[in-house]
Parts: sequence; structure tokens; C-alpha cells
Amino acid sequence: MITAAVQEREHYLNASYGIKSWLLTKDHKRIGLLYLATITLFFFLGGAFATLIRIELLTPQGDLVSSETYNKLFTMHGVTMIFFFLIPSIPATLGNFFLPMMIGARDLAFPRLNLLSWYLLVVGGLFSLFAMLAGGVDTGWTFYTPYSTSYSNTWVIATAVGIFIAGFSSILTGLNFIVTIHRMRAPGMTWFRMPLFVWAHYATSLIQVLGTPVLAVTLLLVLCERLFHIGIFDPALGGDPVLFQHLFWFYSHPAVYIMILPAMGVVSEIISTFSRKPIFGYGFVAFSSVSIAVLGFLVWGHHMFVSTQSVYAGMVFSFLSYFVAIPSAIKVFNWTATLYKGSISFATPMLYAFGFIGLFTMGGLTGLFLACLGIDVHVTDTYFVVAHFHYIMVGGAIMGFLGGLHFWWPKMTGRMYPEGWAKLSALTIFLGFNLTFFPQFILGYLGMPRRYHVYPEEFQVLHVLSTAGASVLAVGYMIPMIYLIWSLRYGQIAVANPWGATGLEWKTASPPPLHNFDETPIVTHEAYDYTTVMEEVIEVG
Amino acid sequence: MSEHIDSVKTYVLVFAALICATLATTAVAFVDLGPFSVVVALAIAVCKMLLVALFFMHVRHSTKLTRLVLLGALMWLGILILMTLTDFSTRGALGVPGR
Repeated sequence: MITAAVQEREHYLNASYGIKSWLLTKDHKRIGLLYLATITLFFFLGGAFATLIRIELLTPQGDLVSSETYNKLFTMHGVTMIFFFLIPSIPATLGNFFLPMMIGARDLAFPRLNLLSWYLLVVGGLFSLFAMLAGGVDTGWTFYTPYSTSYSNTWVIATAVGIFIAGFSSILTGLNFIVTIHRMRAPGMTWFRMPLFVWAHYATSLIQVLGTPVLAVTLLLVLCERLFHIGIFDPALGGDPVLFQHLFWFYSHPAVYIMILPAMGVVSEIISTFSRKPIFGYGFVAFSSVSIAVLGFLVWGHHMFVSTQSVYAGMVFSFLSYFVAIPSAIKVFNWTATLYKGSISFATPMLYAFGFIGLFTMGGLTGLFLACLGIDVHVTDTYFVVAHFHYIMVGGAIMGFLGGLHFWWPKMTGRMYPEGWAKLSALTIFLGFNLTFFPQFILGYLGMPRRYHVYPEEFQVLHVLSTAGASVLAVGYMIPMIYLIWSLRYGQIAVANPWGATGLEWKTASPPPLHNFDETPIVTHEAYDYTTVMEEVIEVG
Repeated sequence: MSEHIDSVKTYVLVFAALICATLATTAVAFVDLGPFSVVVALAIAVCKMLLVALFFMHVRHSTKLTRLVLLGALMWLGILILMTLTDFSTRGALGVPGR
């Protein structure tokens, strides 16, 4: 009977049918799903490049691919994963889907712009995909000059144009979120009643709007120098290569926070829900997102300690870099304090949240090593750095993404995922991740440089461990792919609020109606007010 | 909120000022002012930017929030320039051991 009722009720998935109803949709929920499909494809493409890299590194000799091909593999892995998966991962999928619902809005402020954002990502992705298929690019995802402007004879222009276009997708999404949060909150949804997921996305959007244009300008300057030999970065033409690094990292360091802040928002929602407590120090956690966004713009020079940047600037950037640890630590300590005396349940999203906290803490603390001038000089461009940023980007951002995907899957699809398989995959991913990347800390500290595929034999054991971990990780990522698709047809029917959570998105049906709510919700309580939920449960009971 | 609309005359005057400023930039490019060439070119560019923002983008009659957005953008540009100059202007200021 329940099944029949769910099938008969109109919701955003059955409101219209056909390819046109998806490709021309202005519904933020459908656009979120379009993004989800797109970034999943790019994730597996980037994963394929990573697989080839790890297989090559099984042996100390370069016996699978040539040096040139290896250069292209790590470049295309980085470009695909960063610009076409990680940057849009949580904001464009879960943010798109849930941000309007969480503030009680019917849609984003600019629905057409939202659809345009998705098309821009696709067009940008196709440009970069073309470059990969046509022969690839070998500059590293960082496009350092003058190699990228004067010497590389690979597909730099097509790749840069792809990233340039995708950047506008990111800017427009950020703009849409900012305006939506300012203008479209439901009655009673004050700034300090907003879920922390929304605060995190507000901070992320600020970075997207303020930082991404600088990347666009930088890539245009690279194209000007490469195509027209206008001397900007190449010393032979009168330029300054370190200027490129300043401009590039002005965006690309904050870009890490575009990846990690939304994941932090997800973790706040999950921790609160599965410990049945309001987030400890709500205001501190909310403002820590904004302060991470602001401080993130003041530290980019720590990527350039050995670049001939002045020693004085190095000291300033080193000093400022330590400050980012403060709001990050506020979050971690407040999540932990939230757990204290909570009624904790270990559902799959919670396992991912715990995974996030552990791995992000490792990534964050090793970031402090790298912010220290003396240590950074020793480990610059080694596997220590590779391990550090994978702990943040993969251990942090992807754990947050998968945690959020499981948390909201019942709401998005109206179906539950199989809990046993999900817990198994969460555990597999956590173990596989650590086996892949922990040995890389040791490799880097011992002196193994990044971006080399031939290495001394004494490093082989650690590389083999890392490759074995990558295999486990790949299995861990494949399992959710399979059971989530399976659940679309065979999963148990989800009720409106399967977790007993407090957000507005749980007060509407699963899957939600076309315009999210039958009536505009009126907010009368603070976020994470579990007393109200319990009262409702008792009343219904 | 009532929206202030400038007269056509104002827009035409601003447009004329922008054209004059463009001509001035071009003319100055042919005069050797030494290091001041860049200063003059940038000064004219800033004036043009202000005209566009204040009149064409209506910032002059906008809400405080819109002005805050503009100020925020300018501040971020300031961060980019200031912190980059922190490096550029102090290269060689502190000795590096071994060099």
C-alpha cells in the first residue's frame, strides 16, 4: 500500500518525462542530479588515470609507460579530479539539491543560470576531454610557466580553455547560492537558524566568486603568452614566472577550501543527526567557515617557499598559514564535543563523518609541517606533499561527499541504500585510503620526489603498499556505485525523515514535490532542535 | 524600493567621458613618461572603472549591500596586489645563506 501511494504521488522525478525534460529543466533538484552524473563520470576517468599511475609505480623501472606519457597521466589525473570532480562535487550536487530546501525556498534565485552552470561544466569538460583524447597535456595541473607557455608541445590551450569555461560554471553557482541565501530564506529562517551546511556553502560561494575570476585571468594570460608571445611570465620575453605562481595560487589555495568547506558542512549535519544533539558552539562553527574562507586568501605563498619568492614574503606567508589551523581546529573540537553524551548511532553517513574527522585531522596537521619554512624546504615536491593534499582532498572532501550522498540518498531518490553493503564500503574506503597514502608520507620524508616514475629500489616496498591500497580503494569506490544504482529500483521505500533529522528538507516527502514544499514552511526553532523532533515523534506515535 | 533612473543626458555624458579617456590612454601611450606611463594609464583606467560602476552599474544609487559587494571585490584585489608586492618588493632584502 505504501509503495502504491509513493508511486502515485507527484514528485520532481515523475512530474515530467523524457530527455528534454531533463536537459531543459530549471529545477534545482534535477540539475543537482545532472551534475551528479557528470562528476561521477569525471571521477571514474580521473580514477582510471590514477590506476595507471599506481600500476606504473609498482616497479622502480619505467616499464609500463614512457616519461612523457607518465607526465601526461599525472597531469590529466589532477586536472580531471580537481576542476571537474572535486570543485563541483558537493556544492553543485548536494548543495544544488539541498541548499534551497534547507532554507525553505522553492528553488535557487536564478534557475536558468543554474542550468547554464551545468552546461558550462559540460562544455569545459568536453574541451579538456578533447585535449586528453587528442594527445594529452603534460604540464602538471599547476600549468607552471614558462614550461606551459613556451616549451610544452602538448594540448595546453585546449585544456586551459576547458578549465576557463568550467570556472564560469563555478562562479555562477557561487553567485546563485549567495543571492539565494540572502533573498530566499523562508519566514523565520534567520541567519543564525540556518543549518551549518548552508553556512559552509555561503563561505564556499564567496571563495568561488572572489577567487575563480583570478584563475580565469591567469589562464588567459598564459594563452596570450603561448599564442602571441606577449611577455608576462617567460623571463626570455621579459616576464616573471613567479608572478604566474602568485596568480595561480591566489585561486588554487582557496580552491582547496571550495572542496573541503562543503564537506565540513555535510559533517556538521551528519554528526548532529546521528548523535541527536545540536552542534556544540553553533556560532563558532558557522563563523569558522567564513574565517577559513577569508584566511584562505592570505596564505597562498606557502606553495612557493622554494620558488625564489623573497624570504621575507615566505616568512609572512608561513606565519599566516598557521592561522588557518585555528578555525579548522574549532570545527574538529566542536564536532567532538557534540558527540559528548550524545545518543550516537553508527549508520553509514556517521562512519563517513568519523572517517572525515580522522583523515582531515591528519591532512591538516601535516599541513602545519608544510607551513613551516624549514620543513617545507626539505619535503617540497616530495610524496609528503602528495600524501598531505590527498588526505585533505580525498580523505576529507570525498569522505564528506560520500557521507552526504548516503545521508541524503533517501531524500533524493525515495529509496534506502543497503546499510550492510554501505558500511562495508565505508570501511573498505577508509582502510584502502590509509594504505594508499600513509606510506607516501614516509616516501616523501625519505626523499621520493613527486612526478617521477623511475625511483631507487629502496622505495619499492612503500610504493607496492601504496598501489595495493589503491586497489582496495578502487573496490571501495565501486561498491557504492553498484548498490546505489541497484537501490534506485530495489531499495526499500524511504519515509520522509528516515534519520529523525531536524532540517526543513526532512519535513517534506521523499522524493520531494516539484516545488519542494506543499506550503512555504515557517521556521520557529533553532537549527538542530531535537526536542521539537522528539515532540513530533511522540505526537505522531 | 524605488529604482533611481539617470537621465539620458547623464548616460551620454558618461559615455563621452569614457571615449575621451580611451583616447587619452592611447595618446599617452605615444608619449615617453618613463615609469609614469604605467601610473597614468592605470589612473585613467581606474577613473573609467569608477564611471562604469557608479553610473552604468547604478552603484551610486544602490543599497548598502551592493556597495559592500563592490568594496569587498576591491579589497580582494588589494589583497592580491599587496601580498604579491610583499614578495616582489622585498626580493633580495634579506640575504639568503650561501648566496
